[in-house]
Amino acid sequence: MFFTAALYLSLAIFCLGLIYKVSTWFRYSLGLDSKSISTPARIFAALRGITLTLFSPKLFTLLKVFVLDVLLQVKVLHQDFLKWAMHMCIYYGFTLLLLMHGLDTIVTSALFPEYYSTINPFLFLRDFFGILVLLGVGIALYRRFILKVPRLRTSPMDLYAIIILAVIMFSGFLLEATKTTSYSKFQEMVEEYTIATDEEELRSLEAYWVAKFGVVSPEIKGPFDAKILKAGKEAHEMSCLQCHARPQWGFAGYTVATISKPVALLLDRARASTILWYIHFLACFVGLAYLPFSKMFHIFTTPLSLLANAVMEEEKSDPANIATLQMLELDACMHCGTCSAQCRVGVVFEEIRNVNILPSEKIPSIKGFVAGKTLSSQEIRNIQEGLFLCTNCYRCTVVCPAGINLQQLWSNVRESLLKKGEPEFFVLSPLSLYRGLMKDSFDKTPHPDPIELALRAVYPEGIPVSMMDRTLPLVPKDNGLSSKLYASVQANTFSHCYRCVTCTNACPVVRNYKTPIEFVGLLPHQIMHAAGMGLWELVFSSKMLWDCLGCYQCQEHCPQGVCVADVFYELKNIAIVQAREKLAKETKT
Amino acid sequence: MKFVMLRCCTTPIVLQQYEWSTNAVLERLDIELVDVEELGCCGYPLRNVNFRAYVLSSARNLALSESRNLDLLTVCNCCYGTMRHVEHLLKADGSIRKEINTTLEKEGLKYEGDIQPKHILQVLYDDVGIETIREKIVQPFNGLRIATHYGCRILRPSKIVQFDKPNSPSKFDELVEVTGAKSVDWLKKHECCGSPLWGVNEELSLDLTENKLKHARKSGADFLCVACSYCQIQFDHVQKILVSRRGPEHQLPSILYPQLLGLSLGIDSEILGLHMNQISINDIEYYLLDKAASQS
Repeated sequence: MFFTAALYLSLAIFCLGLIYKVSTWFRYSLGLDSKSISTPARIFAALRGITLTLFSPKLFTLLKVFVLDVLLQVKVLHQDFLKWAMHMCIYYGFTLLLLMHGLDTIVTSALFPEYYSTINPFLFLRDFFGILVLLGVGIALYRRFILKVPRLRTSPMDLYAIIILAVIMFSGFLLEATKTTSYSKFQEMVEEYTIATDEEELRSLEAYWVAKFGVVSPEIKGPFDAKILKAGKEAHEMSCLQCHARPQWGFAGYTVATISKPVALLLDRARASTILWYIHFLACFVGLAYLPFSKMFHIFTTPLSLLANAVMEEEKSDPANIATLQMLELDACMHCGTCSAQCRVGVVFEEIRNVNILPSEKIPSIKGFVAGKTLSSQEIRNIQEGLFLCTNCYRCTVVCPAGINLQQLWSNVRESLLKKGEPEFFVLSPLSLYRGLMKDSFDKTPHPDPIELALRAVYPEGIPVSMMDRTLPLVPKDNGLSSKLYASVQANTFSHCYRCVTCTNACPVVRNYKTPIEFVGLLPHQIMHAAGMGLWELVFSSKMLWDCLGCYQCQEHCPQGVCVADVFYELKNIAIVQAREKLAKETKT
Repeated sequence: MKFVMLRCCTTPIVLQQYEWSTNAVLERLDIELVDVEELGCCGYPLRNVNFRAYVLSSARNLALSESRNLDLLTVCNCCYGTMRHVEHLLKADGSIRKEINTTLEKEGLKYEGDIQPKHILQVLYDDVGIETIREKIVQPFNGLRIATHYGCRILRPSKIVQFDKPNSPSKFDELVEVTGAKSVDWLKKHECCGSPLWGVNEELSLDLTENKLKHARKSGADFLCVACSYCQIQFDHVQKILVSRRGPEHQLPSILYPQLLGLSLGIDSEILGLHMNQISINDIEYYLLDKAASQS
């Protein structure tokens, strides 16, 4: 009764979860164009797309991907053998265990009418599959906690998955062990199945099971007389043999049983096998109910993502399906961390401790954003920074074992987030090149220009009007900035400047304008001089800093050895740090 | 000769022809390239915002290359300038080196300064040598006029990068001329292409590019030739945008140096990815055909 209720309850949660999750693929969207497509239209487009694909030559592509990428996981094998071994152990161990043992009444009995869980090969295979899963879990723990793969982060989700699997497996083996040794189980079975009624015959059967089948009896102990064992064997062959292979075949459970022999009677009296039975089944049911919300959901979503991405093309496929696929992809990520390990800017995380820099950690943030979670200004800025600190090299997309088009995802979320009006400072770097090249594909609805926003944030008093109109304090504040300009060896040279204007004359940006002061504010030599005088506000409100190409003409030509370009870089760094502090303060108040 | 190859982050998507042509040309010159999967961004784009992230990214690549005991080859001026700068910094400043190495240790890496970053032009000129290249030229160009574009970071700051004389460089010109082409004199040869501001201050970026194209055009050049991924993106992708926004007044297609050299080495234009340039450079093959025709 309890069993049935729990089963149906967990099954119901599983089904509702599944429906809910799948519905999000059609309800949520990311792209800028996809917001306008209605849910029914997207469901219809998906059904149409699937049908058309199944009746086209693309079916062969699907089959190929299914065999190579889904069943054999060749992509993972090429990347990392240990990871592949781990995944194969868990994947095949668990799936086969589920089909043969978990669903034995439905699957195995139908295929093998003579099925009993206690006869071979089933007895052996159950333990074998279980050990495979445990081996996989062991490798997973080893990779995460001992090998310490760089930038492989463990989220609570990863731990829950490992814990649930481990509990199911361990409780299973313990259950098997306590049942093997249990005297009360033995007696139950004898009452139910034995034809023999003769007291002596029963005694010899018991002796035979104690000797050969690991039962621990409170009454009798070995060694036994050969005659008794022979009689026991005969009784055994009459009543038990048909359904019982030697328990040694269930090698894992039997090992535990052998070890636990000294306490077996105690365990039997405490009804340990019943308790373990509950633990085992409840863990399975919890796993089932939690599955659509857990990392394990990827057993459905990752194959779907791999298959869909194999037959869909960004330019050719229906935009409705692209939008849906992108949502499915968010669920297809199993947080394996391959992208973060291979990301070309991943190492930056060691300096800038924002987890959103790592591709695998962006996904949970994006999931929250897509589901409409209210994000604080700081959260938006963090996700934005992670998305912008990306060279758009597509490596994450290439290496993703789930085939997720991560790069496309970043581009889409980046644009959606930039519209929220929070400044992002990496837009002021050459990382903007990609955005500049792709701009035509962006949505044209008016929104604040990210460059403008970032510039406004880095100037101490908003965008400066005109350099000529500024009033300067007679005695500049000393805020210790000159001593900060020492991060690189070259940057402490600005005080050597004697205003010969060579740097300014060499600057291609200055030469580009007839009246450069109007466009760039202070000229390079003026910045050096102002820095020497400690007029920092003036320095930081000069647009010249942000229009600097870093071409080093100024520095090359300086007769005094002032590292003009290097100083510029450091000034920019400081301006951004100051702007960040200011923003954080504003957010707090 | 053997190098660890640092592929610029921009090449896998927008500039695959640079990878293809580099591979083909260097193979022809018996240079072996080792691709190391873990290599990352050189750090160049990070410098505006975070100096330490910039140093760390570069140092990690140097360390990865050092762990294989090979010099690090780059095809991009910005990667090259960055790696040279960081290499210099790590050698000059013991405290930064120590801090960076502590971070790198987490991945089992360390940079001691035993290997060097090298630019492809440097390898071709200094290590292979003009004469060796000349011997391998099978179909030289005839009558082709090239505006050779050095760009910034391969020349400056000269104390650190030490590739050529900063104000009167000639190595790249010689490399262009060995293919049979003429490297014309032009005014803006050593100046920035404008790429660092693309996406940031586009009008300014376009001004600088337009100005360069104007001068290159004036010198009578048929093509620009570059050896930097950022410069090529600017002169190819961005020039296309420039033409659409400001009219086709100063158009001049740009060819990557390995493509130019590759053609004269007799490598197939498909392998060099000639067709992948945004602004067509297919006409350049006529200068090869002329030669063949005049011989027959």
